Parts: sequence; structure tokens; C-alpha cells
Amino acid sequence: MPANRFNAFTNYGVGIGLRVPHYRHILEKKPVVDWFEIISENYMIGGGRPLAILDSILDQYRVVQHGVSMYFGSAEPLSREHLRRIKELVRRTKTPWLSDHLCWGSVDGTYTHDLLPMPYTFEAARHTAEKIRQAQDFLEVPIAVENVSSYAEFHVSQMTEWEFLNEVVEQADCGILLDVNNIYVSSQNHNFDPCTYVESIPAERVAQIHIAGHSKFEKYILDTHDHPVLDPVWSLYARAIERCGPTATLLEWDDRIPSFEEVHAEALKANRYLTPQAAEPLAVTA
Amino acid sequence: MNAPGLYELQKRMAAAVMRPLTLDEQMRRRDERNRSIADEVDSFIKPNDRLNSFERLEIYNRQYWFRLFSSFEEDFPGLKSIVGSRRFDRLMRAYLHEHPSRSFTLRNLGSPLVAWLRENPEHAQPDTDTAIAMAALEWAHIEAFDNEQRPALTVEAIAALDDSTCLSLQPYVRLVEAPCAVDDALIALRDASQGAGAQASNAVGIHLVRRTRSSKPAPGQIYLAVHRHENSVYYKRLQCEDYLLLQAFERGSSLGEAIEAAFTDSPLSEEDRLAHVQSAFQYFMHMGWLCEPLPTEAG
Repeated sequence: MPANRFNAFTNYGVGIGLRVPHYRHILEKKPVVDWFEIISENYMIGGGRPLAILDSILDQYRVVQHGVSMYFGSAEPLSREHLRRIKELVRRTKTPWLSDHLCWGSVDGTYTHDLLPMPYTFEAARHTAEKIRQAQDFLEVPIAVENVSSYAEFHVSQMTEWEFLNEVVEQADCGILLDVNNIYVSSQNHNFDPCTYVESIPAERVAQIHIAGHSKFEKYILDTHDHPVLDPVWSLYARAIERCGPTATLLEWDDRIPSFEEVHAEALKANRYLTPQAAEPLAVTA
Repeated sequence: MNAPGLYELQKRMAAAVMRPLTLDEQMRRRDERNRSIADEVDSFIKPNDRLNSFERLEIYNRQYWFRLFSSFEEDFPGLKSIVGSRRFDRLMRAYLHEHPSRSFTLRNLGSPLVAWLRENPEHAQPDTDTAIAMAALEWAHIEAFDNEQRPALTVEAIAALDDSTCLSLQPYVRLVEAPCAVDDALIALRDASQGAGAQASNAVGIHLVRRTRSSKPAPGQIYLAVHRHENSVYYKRLQCEDYLLLQAFERGSSLGEAIEAAFTDSPLSEEDRLAHVQSAFQYFMHMGWLCEPLPTEAG
């Protein structure tokens, strides 16, 4: 199950997001890491230090691209120029699969730079699936779409979030990047059982899993990526692994980023569920 | 592919998300035509047992602006130091309201800033020219940091130059002129912010600055080439003639036109000009700043 056509039949283990504060440590200490996830947009540039560092990382590590601006759910069509730039990066990284979010974020060429929630309608599902198909055809790599965390729901929705996700991935014939932290955050904000979500997704389409930390406020939970993973999220992760098998897993830590060792150690806790027969995770080696 | 219902809904929500916040960073209660925003939001967002529709959308409204403010402040600490915190805050809100992001990346958020400041100089007072020059330097820094590097002009190509040849500047070389030493001021500001514990911008490499106002940059006209060497950005002061020469290449002028533009008001004697051009070209070649124009730029 973990190696499937949605992650190009790879069998990646536990990765972490490649972030600026860790560049020096990674290049100097060369720690053992299964793989890095990069934010594609940070490297869709003409040249300079970011690309030089990416090339050094690519010499030594496996890298998977994760995007934040394709906005499959935006009503406007995909930008051909944007796709061309992503494809240029795909050629550079040789990413086996590529992910972006099941969301929208731009209207008439103006960008919110947010991952805004979809109205769960059949019209939106059809439209979104068509754009994913177009992107997949152009980029020639499998695409996995990630469920986002959300703080609002629409009156017009005709189905649950997981039904919408299923509708989109079936119509687009694409993979899922299952973010169990996002499921938990949304479940608390919208009063649903997160286990129902995990039980309902087509496990055979899960290409990758995200884990992360969040912040609890009085009336809602915010997806902040600035904490270790919390217990309820680990529980959901455990159930997701039971359903999907040992799937490529990535820890997101994007704000108040601690040392590389701390982030990596937090990510490696996933091995308790991925390889429960093994002893404690290996320490990071220099 | 058409989704009219989806488009209408997204347009309404985007308008609400991108509407400016109140001065105490809350979502506004009334829109530009004095209509209730709560009524508008109620019509498409569901409430839950803890938050009404307005409060749910307010989370997105605030996140939108905080994200833009944070990116803009990271990119323009020098401008903030010139105009001061309070004026910078007003400037930032006015600019971002007029120029929301039109790019997939926040890296380009400041792209129209210099032109906007020229059209709205009241936001850059009292040291308007200095503030605009600082903004130009900071935007040039962003471009120099990660713009493309094309193959540099070869020795053979140089040997074949004549008056009608058009040359181009490397995309990572940006030209800035200023009425005072904004380069020294920005470097000092950045040095002062080292160790402040702020996170470097991924695209820019400038640290957030805690100090909000610097001492005034020393007066005196300067001409800068903001460029990249071994992946670090440098500010190279140029003589006026060299600056004008590069500026002409940037405009797409021919070699003959560029030399004429460079020396029109120059105090250099005719005899010294040839030696000056040769020396300037040697330096530009050494730095790899010149390249052939793209087919779309030529002629």
C-alpha cells in the first residue's frame, strides 16, 4: 500500500520540511534524513542562493515538491506560465510526486496567499478535479492533493469535507496528501469526528501524510505549525497508518522553528507507528 | 470549464478577506457603502456553536493582513527606518490596499512600491527623496538576490562590438541612484539587527529590525549597481558616467548611444573618455554584468 502509483511507487520514510534556518546545519553536518519536502514557490526563481542550496541538497538527499499556490479550487483557470515554472523545477528536483492543496486562494489574478476552504458542492468538485487533471497532464508527475485546515464552512455545501475530497480525487484520478493535523484542527472547529474522516478516505490513494502542531484558542484551533505534534494528532496518525500502511510521512514546522535536531527528532517519532517492531528511533547522526 | 457559482462565491469571500482591518486590527463592521458586513458574511458563511459567521471570517481577514504586513516589513526595514514606525504603518496599509498581491509569491509584493511612492509622496515625507531611494535600494536587493543570471558576454563578442551593437544588463544587476548614502545606512541597519533573533526572509535575506529609526544617511549623490557575487548581494558605488552607461544598456540602447548618454554632461575631457570607457568595460566584463539581449529585447 505505501508504494503506489500516486507516489510513483516509492517507499519513502520520514522526512522534514527544508527550511532556511536549517540550511547551514544540513550542508555542514550532512545528517541522515530520509527525504526533504520543499515549498516549490521558494525555488521558482531565476537564480541565486536558494537554487544553489537546493542543488547542494539534491546532490545528497531525496526531495519532494510541495506547492502552496496552484489553487486547484480557484474558479479561475490554471496559469500556463505558472505550470511551466513548476515543471522547470520538477525537472531540477526529479520529485517523484508533487503535492498542493485542495483549496482556493486567488480571484481575478489577485492572491490572498492563504489556503481558503472550498464550498463542498458538486460544481466545485468537478471544476477542481478538471484543473488537477490538467496540471497532472502538463507536469507529467503524479499529483497528491492535501486537505487543508479551516475555520469557516459555507451554507451552499452539499456534502462533508471527506466526501468532497473523495469526489475530487476520484474524478481527477489523483493521490491524497493526508494531513492528519489539518483533519484534527478542522474537526474541532466544525464539530465532526476526525476518525470518521480518516475512516472514509480511499486509503489506496494516500501518497503521503503530513503531521504538525497546532495552537488552541478559546473558541477555535489554529493551524500554526509552531509546536510539536499533539497526542490527538498522533492518535489519528496511528489510525491512518493502520488503514494506509507505512506511508511517506512529513513533519511540518514553519514558525518558531527550533534546531534541526529537535525538528528531526519530533519527526522520527512517527517511526513508532511506521515500524512498531523496531526499537526507539535512531538518533540523528552527523 | 466554467463554474459561475463558485466564482461569485469566491469573489464575495475574497472581497471580505482582503478588506482593510480597523485600526485595532479587527474586521470592519461596515463596508465602503456603509452596508453591514455581518449581514453579507451571514449570507454565505455558516456560524457554529462558538463563533458567528462574522467571527469565523474575521480569522481569515486578520490572517490575510498579518501575513502581508509581516512580508512587507521584512522586505523594507530601511524604508521604515527613514519614515519612522507610525508613518511606515500608514504607508504600508495604504500601499497594500492599493496594491494587493498579483503574484503567486509574496516575494513580489514590493514590486510597484517605488512607483507608488513617487505618485504618493505624502507617505514618504519628510525625507521624501531619501525614502524613495531607500525603497528602490531594498527592492533592487530583492531582485539582485534571486534574479536570473544569463551567460555573460564573451571576449569574442566584445571584440566584435561596434557602435550599433545593443547590449543588455544581467537581470541580477539593478541600478539605483540616491541623494544620500542609503547604502551605508541599510548596511548599518542590517548589522544592527544581526542577533536580534528575527527570522530571515527566505527570498530576501534581510532581518527584521527592532530599531525603527536610524540616523540620517550622509548627504551626497551616489550611483549604485546592486548585484550578486557568489550568491551574496553587494552595493557597488559607480562613477556617474559608468552608471549612465549601464543605464543606457538597461534601456536597450546601442553602444554608440550609450556612450553618448554617459558623457553628455561629463566633465571628462575627450581624450580621457576613451580610456574611461575601456576601463569601465574591463570592470563590467570582469564582473560578468553584460550579456546579449534576449531576442525580445533586441531592436
